[in-house]
Amino acid sequence: MSNEKNETDFPLWEVFIQSKRGLDHKHVGSLHAADARMAIENARDVYTRRGEGNSIWVVLAEHLHASRPEDQGAFFDPADDKVYRHPTFYVMPEGVKHI
Amino acid sequence: MERSEALFRTVLRLGDNSLVLGHRLSEWCGHGPQLEEDIAQANIALDLLGQARNYLTYAGEIEGKGRTEDDLAYLRTERQFLNVKLAELPKGDYAHTIARSFLFDAFHLPLQQALTKSPDERLAGIAGKAVKEATYHLRHSSEWLVRFGDGTEESHRRAQAAIDGLWMYTGELFAPDEAERTLIEAGILPDLASIKAEWDATVARVLAEATLVRPADGWMARGGKDGQHTEHLGFLLAELQYLPRAFPGAQW
Amino acid sequence: MDEKQLEAGFQAKVDAEQKIEPKDWMPADYRKNLVRQISQHAHSEIVGMLPEGNWITRAPNLRRKTVLLAKVQDEAGHGLYLYSAAESLGAARADLNDQLLTGKAKYSSIFNYPTLTWADIGAVGWLVDGAAIMNQVMLCRTSYGPYARAMVRICKEESFHQRQGYEIMCVLAKGTPEQREMAQDALDRWWWPSLMMFGPSDANSPHSAQSMKWKIKRQSNDELRQTFIDRTVPQADFLGLRIPDDKLKWNEATKHYDWGEIDWTEFNEILKGNGPCNKERLEARNKAHDEGRWVREAALAHAAKQAKKQAA
Repeated sequence: MSNEKNETDFPLWEVFIQSKRGLDHKHVGSLHAADARMAIENARDVYTRRGEGNSIWVVLAEHLHASRPEDQGAFFDPADDKVYRHPTFYVMPEGVKHI
Repeated sequence: MERSEALFRTVLRLGDNSLVLGHRLSEWCGHGPQLEEDIAQANIALDLLGQARNYLTYAGEIEGKGRTEDDLAYLRTERQFLNVKLAELPKGDYAHTIARSFLFDAFHLPLQQALTKSPDERLAGIAGKAVKEATYHLRHSSEWLVRFGDGTEESHRRAQAAIDGLWMYTGELFAPDEAERTLIEAGILPDLASIKAEWDATVARVLAEATLVRPADGWMARGGKDGQHTEHLGFLLAELQYLPRAFPGAQW
Repeated sequence: MDEKQLEAGFQAKVDAEQKIEPKDWMPADYRKNLVRQISQHAHSEIVGMLPEGNWITRAPNLRRKTVLLAKVQDEAGHGLYLYSAAESLGAARADLNDQLLTGKAKYSSIFNYPTLTWADIGAVGWLVDGAAIMNQVMLCRTSYGPYARAMVRICKEESFHQRQGYEIMCVLAKGTPEQREMAQDALDRWWWPSLMMFGPSDANSPHSAQSMKWKIKRQSNDELRQTFIDRTVPQADFLGLRIPDDKLKWNEATKHYDWGEIDWTEFNEILKGNGPCNKERLEARNKAHDEGRWVREAALAHAAKQAKKQAA
């Protein structure tokens, strides 16, 4: 789509913030920036103005690939019946500790 | 000059520099070249206003006449402001804003770094916080100056014009007045010649990366430190101080 | 699956309070409706920076100056979160911005009123942000995931905005006679426009019914407006200020305030572009955009040069 103002916008970056050391980086949104350095610095000012951040990842939105929602059943259901992957599947004798 | 008078004037100047530059940068809020950059510039303005409040509060305490940060910011006249002229120049185009910030930041960072080692603990404490902020400011202004210098023909032209136009205002940063000389001798303020050496190195490095030319050192403007400003400061203060002047004694 | 089945599945998800995510199938009109609403909302945040930004350089003390700058900066951030949500629907920010700059897109009419005195900054925070928050709290539960998440973030950050406005009003209301007058004058001018912010009454709201069904909106314009009035009147009483509505009266039977009539002619005229500041607001946005073009071009050119260097 082209616009009347003939604008070439900065590319779109997806932003992931780690709020505290030891936690996962979590997707918080996106922003526009000319390069990675600008994207990281902008992310600081856009998404961590209240000290929400400890570390920032940015990735060009066009480089992010996602699973397809219409595959949801075929893709994720098979994991549902593999209860043996969860610790609660196993019966521990009464009195056994630290396991 | 007496030590306390020298300290008052110098701390006041530190506050005025940050206040006046912060005010100028805040003029961009809502009018920046790009949404993300608008937010970044507001952040820098907020940092500078925070520094100004700390320094002005301390200046009021040194003076000991009960003047608050607001008394000092809002109820002094043009001749009583002691900031360098570089800080008060109009914001100009974005190249001018970035170039001015860069020339100031390259001075401000080593100054604040040196102040963290000052035997004056209050000064060292305020500078300790300012150092982190100034580090980021210099990074921001350097990167944009490089983008402009090594960007398009137009941006290069604008950036070079801005550096050329601002150059005559850089001398004042390093020319100590009597108050500063008193404090340098007392070891409270760093020698401005050593700050100049760091400034020179930063400027050389960034201008080279930006493919910009360092102007020749010609005649340098002075006077700001003495309260003899450009005509621009009066207008800035007229805007800044309008409400407390129009409603004397009112609380806000 | 055909369109009908997809649509039924979609509606079932919405009815079950499951969030719709960017890559999910959605009716074309749902997408269109969302892009329209989210982008209008984003534009409102951006244009909303202007009337308040007016007073950053004139705030009466350093604390107020700092707070106002941080608040207007937040509006920029909120606009950005919303554009980000709209982009997840495939609407590029440059195109949305273009619609704003060419006057095709709407934004909240409230920002076409001028901020004439410092008390307006108090009134805008208290009333305009207060009204906006009503809407935004509702939208935290909107059916589209990225929109809802943006609103959660915005609501968290907005909480100080209304308070700082009310604090300004408190100080002015307790201040000198001139300050009091300034506060009353601001309330007189901002009260009705704030009520208009909730949009046309339900009977005349073109998009409302479908938006409710899709759970984009969760409460009607009139419901939100009434709640806002019920909450705000006691706050005005506390300030000792008079709300400019002769018909305003507590109704013991309904447990709500009865109130007068909105002047919809004024509302419609502003919507048509005839408000006191429509022209100035668009001019300011266009000026920033046009004067920023070389800046954006330079950054892109530099990034391209760097990328080339790295590749070599």
